[in-house]
Amino acid sequence: MNFDDTPQEAAFRAEAKAWIAANAPKQYEDELKKAALGRIQLKSANILEVAKAWQKKKADAGWAVPHWPKDYGGRGASPIERVIWQQEEGVFGKLGALFIIGHGMCGPTMMAYAAEEHKRQYLPPLASGEKIWCQLFSEPAGGSDVAGLRTRAEKDGDDWVINGQKIWTSGAHYSDYGILITRTDPTVPKHKGLTMFFLDMKSPGVEVKPIKQANGQAEFNEVYFTDVRIPDAQRLGAVGDGWNVSLTTLMNERMAIGANVATGFPELFEFCNSLMLDDGPAIDDPAVRSRLANWAVRASGLRYTSFRAISALSRGERPGPENSIGKLVAGAMLQDIATYALDLQGAAGVLNGPEDAEVAGKFQAMLLRSPATRVEGGTDEILRNIIAERVLGLPGDIRVDKDVPFNKIPTKGR
Amino acid sequence: MNFDFSDDQKQLRDEARRFLTEKCPPKAVRAVIDGKAPYDRELWKGLADMGFLGVAIPEAFGGSGAGHLELCVIAEEMGRALAPVPFSSTVYLAAEALLLAGSDAQKQKWLPAIAQGNAVGTLALFEGSGNPSPKAIKLTAANGVLNGTKKPVADGAIADFAIVAARTGSTGRDTDIALYLVDLTSEGVEAKALTSIDPSRNQAEISFKNVKAELLGAANEGWSILSQVLDRAAVLIGFEQVGGSDRALEMGRDYALDRIAFGRQIGSFQAVKHMLADMYVSATLARSNCYYGAWALSTNASELPEAAAAARISATQAFQHCSKNNIQVHGGMGFTWEFDCHLYYRRSNAVAVGLGSLSYWEDQLIERMRQKNAA
Amino acid sequence: MNFDDTPQEAEFRAIARKWIDANAPKHLEAELTKPSAKRASEKRDAMLDVAKAWQKKKADAGWACLHWPKEYGGRGSTPIERVIWQQEEGVYDKLARPFAIGQGMCGPTVMAYASEDQKRKYLPPLASGEKVWCQLFSEPAGGSDVAGLRTRAEKDGDDWIVNGQKIWTSGAHYSDYGILITRTDPNVPKHKGLTMFFLDMKSEGVEVKPIKQANGMQEFNEVFFTNVRIPDSQRLGAVGDGWNVSLTTLMNERMSIGSRVATGFPELFEYCSNLMIEDGLAIDDPNVRSKLAGWAVKNSGLKYTSYRSISALSKGERPGPENSIGKLVSGMMMQDIAMFAADLQGASGALVGADAEAAGEFQATILGSPSMRIAGGTDEILRNIIAERVLGLPGDIRVDKDVPFNKVPTKGR
Repeated sequence: MNFDDTPQEAAFRAEAKAWIAANAPKQYEDELKKAALGRIQLKSANILEVAKAWQKKKADAGWAVPHWPKDYGGRGASPIERVIWQQEEGVFGKLGALFIIGHGMCGPTMMAYAAEEHKRQYLPPLASGEKIWCQLFSEPAGGSDVAGLRTRAEKDGDDWVINGQKIWTSGAHYSDYGILITRTDPTVPKHKGLTMFFLDMKSPGVEVKPIKQANGQAEFNEVYFTDVRIPDAQRLGAVGDGWNVSLTTLMNERMAIGANVATGFPELFEFCNSLMLDDGPAIDDPAVRSRLANWAVRASGLRYTSFRAISALSRGERPGPENSIGKLVAGAMLQDIATYALDLQGAAGVLNGPEDAEVAGKFQAMLLRSPATRVEGGTDEILRNIIAERVLGLPGDIRVDKDVPFNKIPTKGR
Repeated sequence: MNFDFSDDQKQLRDEARRFLTEKCPPKAVRAVIDGKAPYDRELWKGLADMGFLGVAIPEAFGGSGAGHLELCVIAEEMGRALAPVPFSSTVYLAAEALLLAGSDAQKQKWLPAIAQGNAVGTLALFEGSGNPSPKAIKLTAANGVLNGTKKPVADGAIADFAIVAARTGSTGRDTDIALYLVDLTSEGVEAKALTSIDPSRNQAEISFKNVKAELLGAANEGWSILSQVLDRAAVLIGFEQVGGSDRALEMGRDYALDRIAFGRQIGSFQAVKHMLADMYVSATLARSNCYYGAWALSTNASELPEAAAAARISATQAFQHCSKNNIQVHGGMGFTWEFDCHLYYRRSNAVAVGLGSLSYWEDQLIERMRQKNAA
Repeated sequence: MNFDDTPQEAEFRAIARKWIDANAPKHLEAELTKPSAKRASEKRDAMLDVAKAWQKKKADAGWACLHWPKEYGGRGSTPIERVIWQQEEGVYDKLARPFAIGQGMCGPTVMAYASEDQKRKYLPPLASGEKVWCQLFSEPAGGSDVAGLRTRAEKDGDDWIVNGQKIWTSGAHYSDYGILITRTDPNVPKHKGLTMFFLDMKSEGVEVKPIKQANGMQEFNEVFFTNVRIPDSQRLGAVGDGWNVSLTTLMNERMSIGSRVATGFPELFEYCSNLMIEDGLAIDDPNVRSKLAGWAVKNSGLKYTSYRSISALSKGERPGPENSIGKLVSGMMMQDIAMFAADLQGASGALVGADAEAAGEFQATILGSPSMRIAGGTDEILRNIIAERVLGLPGDIRVDKDVPFNKVPTKGR
């Protein structure tokens, strides 16, 4: 048992480290370090431009999406090399947030289902950040129940005509392309009538509207489709096979290993370490200590769980669905920790924003953003189902919609 | 990164599991609970024959010298099987104290005997209600003579020797505390068995009346040695707790798959499923924290104090969580004497306090993190 | 808003108080005031005789089952008068434990379904404690799923012949009668093939075996039936209508309002107020305070929720299923509180009985509390009740509803 690299891993790390040291945009390092949840903003520059510039620089040197094949803009790195790259990229990895969906979900789906010429055309600029992709899956009618979607695609000659609405699309307003799941046959059971496409987000009939969130930010969008035409050549997978295609995408979403999940603990620890209470530093108060200790062991437990997964990768094994615990544990922690930090601030905890609130309003921002963490990319309840079913082998929920034609499934609870 | 046990260590774990499955079924645990014997002597002998008792004892002192990672995988299996033997007191506490601070003669006398299964040892620290603290130690040592009472002492009524924490001065500093090695057959020693929430393990009160004892380690370093011993034991007991958590989770999972209510496997109800998923999360966090503790223990890393406290807290929470909700998944049958659920519930609650309670380790963890942060 | 009695209530309270003052077995007051773990266990069985004596005395003066009609041994009191009586009876109410099931569940069922002759014959001695009743519902195959029961009753002339097994029957070993739910038709869906009876527990073929619990105690029994004959005249409700009859019983189980639920909080508060830890009294430690405060408000929340129910009763309203929160909250609280108390004791927290701190009261709770979260409705069933009957959410999807009972799977794998 050790934390050492193998000789090959060490060589890869040294190369990555040297390149990053020479090339990273160091002027933003401090700001990026402080950036916590939600959309990152830079004071002095446009984050989108900085991120695109860094991504392009990496691409030119072969460091963009290192685990992709060289032909498609990657460098053919092994899974463990990918993790090493992430570790070395450190805070600059936060600049990759804009490309996460494209690289993590759209890219792998294209790689699995697009024609070879499409792959060579679309993947390299996706890797280099010159083109940004979004994923158009969620709908008002289908949240955790992704397959409950209602956006229609109807064949018209060599094209498909799309009408409907998507929701919770990150980055739709600055995306160039998107992958889109539609219903092509509402008369068969719900998982069977779906078809996947990719499309140009500048196509006529696509309208993007930002969603104002409960915390006042707007990270996500609604996207409306009115008679949008997509050539059949941009279909991904067979007609009616969209559900299986989407699973490729969703599996990739949950396979992000080794990425540090934000728990809020380091921030709270630092805060308690410097905060003076009535009788001395907060960290000396037994009640504070007890709370901190409980979160400390959850944060370290997650950290070492990811170390175990990284070790499995290093041995060439494929880590399993047990990695679902990360977001489940971290989401609830963020919310509890933020609530407790406000509690420690007393009445001043009610103040918000960088000027008026304690520690630049970090915990208020966390409090307001954290409910979304427990919902997006798989709710706490869906994650518990994944653990119960895929790790522990318990039966799935009883499904009343499995063999029913989609247009016979009730749409209103009452 | 290779943050995992080696193939050899995993093989040792499998070997320990096979051995304990055969030699330590729930029936064997129940024999001790029912008071048929204070511990399972045959199992103890078998553990010695397998080399498990001396796995972290150097060859020079009769062990196999394999190391602490090997001891961790065995500890996990001991916890999983609820082995009714004085393993933790002898191997994690007494042997570790000897290895850390014993003279060559002391090691020669006791370590080979431990490895061969001929000596049961323990640590006599507590004096009634409360957590580890130099202030709480009232038993006195004057010119090598001990007077006072220890309670509770794990395996105290079956141990052959004990490491006893004693007060040698009253300056109010940690240096007032010294450790003594006491042969419990000495004159003036009286051990009385106490009833425990987990009767598969012995608890005792030991009184010392003018008992002659030899110093273990330097006289002014008793508390410092003791702290190290507690940290090391925290990791090792953590593995026992992880083993127990996993078993309790498996029992709950199996019952949820087998049991039908309302025409369905009860494991198909989300209320039950999610309860089990949460148990899995606790058990996984504990396992990962304990792995880190194992690394720190086996490399004598400066991170050990912090890693040990985290392992202890996480493992205590996981075992209590899994064992209590294992009963809940089983419903009424889980509350019968006949089902094994309560054996895990009892053990989880006994080990939760045995080495100092959760509140104590919570305080220790944050203190240690703060010190590291300040440094 | 106030806590005052109406004039009628005040008058009733004064009469009750006076009678109790003159008649209660005061020599037992100190013993009954102790938490159960501290009560000498050898006295528990002897308590049955004492309990019967007190119940008889109450019955003779018209204070037994006071909300029952007079002709069946009660006093015809209103629901709020019943609550007032309970408040006044105080610790002596603990003596009524052997009669709780009979008077709370069997009695109402007999009242609703037995013939008039039977009611006049069986109810007065049940009210007076001269006869003890038990309830034979749970089975190994049906815990939360009560209707999954398999004990068979087959018609034979004017009798029914019963074969099968019941479990978790409180007091079966000292009971004179029992109400028994059986399956009379396994070919119809499970809720439709059940029939309810009452029987003499001394009938031939009834065998009672105690169950040893996880905490080492024996409070419940298994009851085996081998060709037990029950006359058809002892049937309660129609053949096949047993499920509806049982609902009468179970509703009554969950309707007991105003009786205080034990949470463990007062005991913990007292313990922390006196316990010296390293740096002083436990109650002065901020961590202890934070934990205590969390439990204190749950404890008071439950108490005032029951006050609100009492006020509803006083206004003649019928309190609803929201009272299910009592056991749900208190069950988990007992367990957490006991574990925290043991935590405060350090390594000594592992000891039990006379060797333990505070006479082992918290260790007894650690070992006993898992059953609090299961008996009389598991935490999960109680959450379902709150979600479905209070919040109006839909029930779980039922796959066994329209399936003949003998076609419902019995093994998960």
